[in-house]
Amino acid sequence: MAGAKNRPLSPHLTIWKWGPHMLVSILHRATGTAMAIGGGVMFVWWLVAAASGKDAYARYVDLMTADQGHFSLAGLNLVPFIVLFGLSWSFFQHMSSGLRHFLMDTGAGFELATNRNWARMTLVASVLLTVLFWAIIWSKH
Amino acid sequence: MAEFSLPKNSVITKDGKVHKAEAGAKDVRTFRIYRYDPDTGENPRYDTFEVDLAECGPMVLDALIKIKSEQDASLTFRRSCREGICGSCSMNIDGTNTLACTQAIEDIKGDVRITPLPHMDVIKDLVPDFTHFYAQYASIRPWLQTVTPAPSGKERLQSPDDRAKLDGLYECILCACCSTSCPSYWWNSDKFLGPAILLQAYRWLADSRDEMTGERLDELEDPFRLYRCHTIMNCSNVCPKGLSPARAIAEVKKMVAERAI
Repeated sequence: MAGAKNRPLSPHLTIWKWGPHMLVSILHRATGTAMAIGGGVMFVWWLVAAASGKDAYARYVDLMTADQGHFSLAGLNLVPFIVLFGLSWSFFQHMSSGLRHFLMDTGAGFELATNRNWARMTLVASVLLTVLFWAIIWSKH
Repeated sequence: MAEFSLPKNSVITKDGKVHKAEAGAKDVRTFRIYRYDPDTGENPRYDTFEVDLAECGPMVLDALIKIKSEQDASLTFRRSCREGICGSCSMNIDGTNTLACTQAIEDIKGDVRITPLPHMDVIKDLVPDFTHFYAQYASIRPWLQTVTPAPSGKERLQSPDDRAKLDGLYECILCACCSTSCPSYWWNSDKFLGPAILLQAYRWLADSRDEMTGERLDELEDPFRLYRCHTIMNCSNVCPKGLSPARAIAEVKKMVAERAI
């Protein structure tokens, strides 16, 4: 067809109206990637630090703990808050979203309202579980 | 790898023509409509049309027809039955795919933005190229396939219960609202069949008279053709006929799993 090669592609992401189902779906992938790459980097970093000797390990611990050391800003080190909260939330979001997919694989939860509510519930669950997780850690601190 | 931004020739340049409503219009609504003219080859643009709803039918298609007859005869879109049975006027209205003929204007807040079905090659204005979509439909052999000879003198019979299994499947009008709502289809339409075609595939898998179930499943069992579906659920949310392609795809996945057990 004449001119077929030059046909424009119609707009997609920029015009799309999102719903909770679509948000949770992309979050599942994003949190999985964050855990695989972010968690992987942190784990390797931790191993390398441990293998490199006392000072390197102390620096790693310093960077990843909230209340002390060189990296604190006005008495608070934000790095562990962002990285560790982020990773733990990623874990709980990925887990609750994974459970939703697990149930859907049985053929359940395809009614539109139910499906959207399940999507919202994964977000509520991941936030609650993250708070609970850190509350338990904090209580043992 | 998925391309998230539009190619250079597809970027929408800011503002096109503005067509004002006639003086004395009582109930003016603004429509922003995607325009692409293959004759000039210029980048797509949004034209603005002010429509007097007091002088217009209730549906988006009524407004499009009014615009075409009164403001700009070059506006190009597909339409036929104007009652949601032909599937011609599928397009993206207010950020979601639907049929212009069954979408009430009053259900949309603010300006009405209309673009072609997403991530499709645009032939002109709101008319996308369906060649690939139809080729994918043909690839699933959407007809009754049998090996046994037909009963002499009568049709192949089906019990009411077996017939009921086709409800929610046979109503599909192939408007492609679902397929073009699916991010997996946006990024992988070359290999992934997409919700509409997979729902059609299930329509024949679910048919008690069809005798090619195994072969049909063999064809579908593929990382891309079937399993690019990640149950994002956009398809079922946009279907203007209220069908659930996502559920049909889940049933296909179950059939594949169950025959392996």
